[in-house]
Amino acid sequence: MSATAAHTINVTINGRRTELRVSPNLSLLELLRTEAGGPEVKLGCGEGVCGTCTVLLDGEPVNSCLMFAVQADGCGITTVRGLAADGELHDLQQAFLDHAGSQCGFCTPGMLLTAKWYLDRHPDADREELRRAIAGNLCRCTGYTKILDSIEAYRDLPQDADGD
Amino acid sequence: MYAAAFDYLRASSWTEAVERLRELGDDAHVIAGGQSLVPMMILHFAAPSALIDIGSVEERTIELAGDTLALSALVRHVDLEHSDVVAEHAPMLTQAARQIGNVRVRQRGTIGGSLAHGEPAAELPCVLIAHGASVHALGPDGERRIAVNDLPIMQLVTSLGEGELITRVEVPTLTNGQGSCFIEMARRPGDFAMVNVAAIVTCDDGGTCTAARLALGAVGGRPVDASSAAGALTGHAIDEESSEAVGRAVAAEAQVTPSSHASAEYRREMVGVLVARALRGAAADAERRRNGERAAAAG
Repeated sequence: MSATAAHTINVTINGRRTELRVSPNLSLLELLRTEAGGPEVKLGCGEGVCGTCTVLLDGEPVNSCLMFAVQADGCGITTVRGLAADGELHDLQQAFLDHAGSQCGFCTPGMLLTAKWYLDRHPDADREELRRAIAGNLCRCTGYTKILDSIEAYRDLPQDADGD
Repeated sequence: MYAAAFDYLRASSWTEAVERLRELGDDAHVIAGGQSLVPMMILHFAAPSALIDIGSVEERTIELAGDTLALSALVRHVDLEHSDVVAEHAPMLTQAARQIGNVRVRQRGTIGGSLAHGEPAAELPCVLIAHGASVHALGPDGERRIAVNDLPIMQLVTSLGEGELITRVEVPTLTNGQGSCFIEMARRPGDFAMVNVAAIVTCDDGGTCTAARLALGAVGGRPVDASSAAGALTGHAIDEESSEAVGRAVAAEAQVTPSSHASAEYRREMVGVLVARALRGAAADAERRRNGERAAAAG
């Protein structure tokens, strides 16, 4: 085996199964931004701290900057694009629009995915719990208040309003 | 942001991982959660020639056998956060896991990885030292048991031998009359700790202390067992006065280094305050657990 032999991986990105050839040192983030996805996955700190590169790996939030693509072989990945079904915004995205939860927009993909994941598991989470859930997602514009307002507005929607 | 080029393979068992490490030599490294190793690779502090992925060599089991909690080294911080068995029998692991990094780091990071990495500010090694926990390590010369207190040497250096892997962690659980408390001080949630304190106390029915264990993290080059200074509590109630006296004694003896977040003086001061607080917290926990046992026995 050569020192950096490429690997073939199978991943399902936003519901679409894809086979890809990757170098072991290609990060999942880079794979998603370039070969396999779109620029909706953001590179922030690149060290796992800021949260803007968050994607859901088999439904759980991970730092796509701290995973090599080859480690994701066989996994399902959801990026923020996967939240909107058939071009219709997800109710959580709409709540961010309605409550000004997004300003420059850079942290928004990570905020949306983290909030969606947390509320799926803790539908009755209070503001303090939500604050803790997004503590690892940094926003340098909003001061978090409007982000939390948006997440709470989504949480308070009638249960059947959310198609998924 | 690219790590240096490396070869990647997945091991299907601990034995295979050890075998591959031996074949590939010094420059190969194992990867589990990767939440400490990958940042080091991206920053080019580490450039392994090969990564052996051990992430799926076994299930992430958490088992209670008698007075011992046996954890696969692959147990993730998120598993500790959500395990009822852990919350009941070694609640400091739950408290500590909740404060590690952020939700994404906790999703991937493992207990074995935290121990093998050797970061002095890490939460779990501090808690495990207070518990008197040990690990099973597998290497080219076979398996051995290492007390967690004998693992860390200095920042990012452990006593693990070349090609040796942590496979399992064994934690003596809290027993009758015991209570525990973990306190971490950091600037913001997820920041590196400035001081970690883990305390386990044993009290009789009247609230008199019969034994106390203490561990400190994030103060020097490695987490340390500070139980000897807590011996003064034996035969006394754990109140403000007695706990603060121990806090002062521990602070006076501690090897404290400065960090970019806190001066050595400040850290030392905080060691005293937090040790006292953790001891009182552990005593309150012991009383809660005693009352809980009584209620269960009566019910």
